[in-house]
Amino acid sequence: MTTLPTHTEKKLGLAIDLDTCVGCQACVTACKGWNDQGYGVPLSDQNPYGADPSGVFLNRVHSYAVQPIDGAAQTINFPRSCLHCDDAPCVTVCPTGASYKRAEDGIVLVNEDACIGCGLCAWACPYGAREMDAAAGVMKKCTLCVDRIYNENLPEEDREPACVRGCPTGARHFGDFADPDSKVSRLSAERGGYALMPDLGTKPVNRYLPPRKKDVPYEASVLAPLLDIKASGFAGWLDRVLGKI
Amino acid sequence: MHPAPSVILFSVLSGAGFGLLFYLGFGLAHPSGWAAFLWWGLGYALAVIGLSASTFHLGNPQRALLAFSQWRSSWLSREAWTSVAALVLLAPMALSDWLGLGLPRGFGWPGAVLALGTVFTTSMIYAQIKAVPRWHLWLTPVMFLTFALAGGAVLAGQSFAPVLLAVLLVVLLAIWQVGDGQFARRAQTLGTATGLDRIGTVTVFEQAHTAGNYLLREMIFVVGRKHAQKLRGLAMVLTCLLPAVALAISTGWWAFVAAAVCHITGALAARWLFFAEAEHVVGLFYGKR
Repeated sequence: MTTLPTHTEKKLGLAIDLDTCVGCQACVTACKGWNDQGYGVPLSDQNPYGADPSGVFLNRVHSYAVQPIDGAAQTINFPRSCLHCDDAPCVTVCPTGASYKRAEDGIVLVNEDACIGCGLCAWACPYGAREMDAAAGVMKKCTLCVDRIYNENLPEEDREPACVRGCPTGARHFGDFADPDSKVSRLSAERGGYALMPDLGTKPVNRYLPPRKKDVPYEASVLAPLLDIKASGFAGWLDRVLGKI
Repeated sequence: MHPAPSVILFSVLSGAGFGLLFYLGFGLAHPSGWAAFLWWGLGYALAVIGLSASTFHLGNPQRALLAFSQWRSSWLSREAWTSVAALVLLAPMALSDWLGLGLPRGFGWPGAVLALGTVFTTSMIYAQIKAVPRWHLWLTPVMFLTFALAGGAVLAGQSFAPVLLAVLLVVLLAIWQVGDGQFARRAQTLGTATGLDRIGTVTVFEQAHTAGNYLLREMIFVVGRKHAQKLRGLAMVLTCLLPAVALAISTGWWAFVAAAVCHITGALAARWLFFAEAEHVVGLFYGKR
């Protein structure tokens, strides 16, 4: 049924730290790599080595330049994937029941055997989290690596989403937002984690941790003492002579 | 939004077809004998051609029957039900008109209501989507229903068709006027979409990917918007003005055919605009609309 569960026991999701993300795209490749062989049809590419390549990715990393009113401009890398919304509009629009939200852990999934590839769920998602697979004609989206996180064949430390496991700077955190004492809940509370476009009423689970406050430029000139060197000896003599010419 | 030809054809043809079936079902037009065969046949043909055109854009059309399962939550599923129910319920009335069986007109009423209901469910598929501010508007169902009633009146040869065409003109002007400001009224920008407006002014430094993808093709369609104003003019002339003039100056068959062809052509242009001008908020992440 594509009606949403009234309550989910857990709210599994990601806390994405915009302060530590360096935009290396490791999460993008880790995600693509795992989901080429895991849950559902592989993420296909069309014309991958040609002039106009295209392919399905469940995670995209944007780069933005942000100019504060005072202070230097910042580059902020911004990973974008499914937010596993509590009030997911992509679920209720589905005519076949292929799109659903799990009552036990809140993961939004697509049953590819029932997907007719109408694309309406991708229209309904404000975040662009869903991409149609051009080879299989079914909708693909982040599964929160549902085939890793409960997989007892994997070592314990690997039982987290591929994007989290692959992140070299620890900018991605996986956990249960329904539990106020979980790592992600505490992290989000400490750092002022926020949801994307909350006014659209989707109630996203994932949280973005804003970049920490940066130093302002005049406080930040650590080279200042070094710049005030008085030349002495031969260099000093040369400096004086050249200055007089 | 990408204006897929299959969806434009579907919504225009089935809209006009269900509009015609509404008048036939209610008995506002009641042809008999072979005339009834032609009129009912036209209504059924438009509705069915439209519905089958809608399956062309599906990735897996062989599973289309599953679309009947989620009527409790999905407008697309409700549309599947209302369209089939309307076509089935109207069949006895169509046969009665054709073969002269003399069924009471009341037999056509439930089907007539469902014919309009189908158009309403179609419109709600678009109107429900908050991520496309131009569609998320009460005028969207009004526009679809007026199109069906006006187009149906033209096809059914109703004497009041020019009046409905005038109403349609007003509705089109209204939805364009209100729609143009919708995105700005939702007040979503790159800054609010990313939440980075809490730091400063946000611009795109580097795109997330250098090649195209499904999102850019499907939701961030910007081709042809520069001709929007000309197309709007053309749509108004073809959809409303020319058919109204043709029907006002003559009641001959040529005026009927000319009005019908003009109206459908104009409706296709208007529906193309409905998609091409609609902007999805996901475009904000790409610095595009």
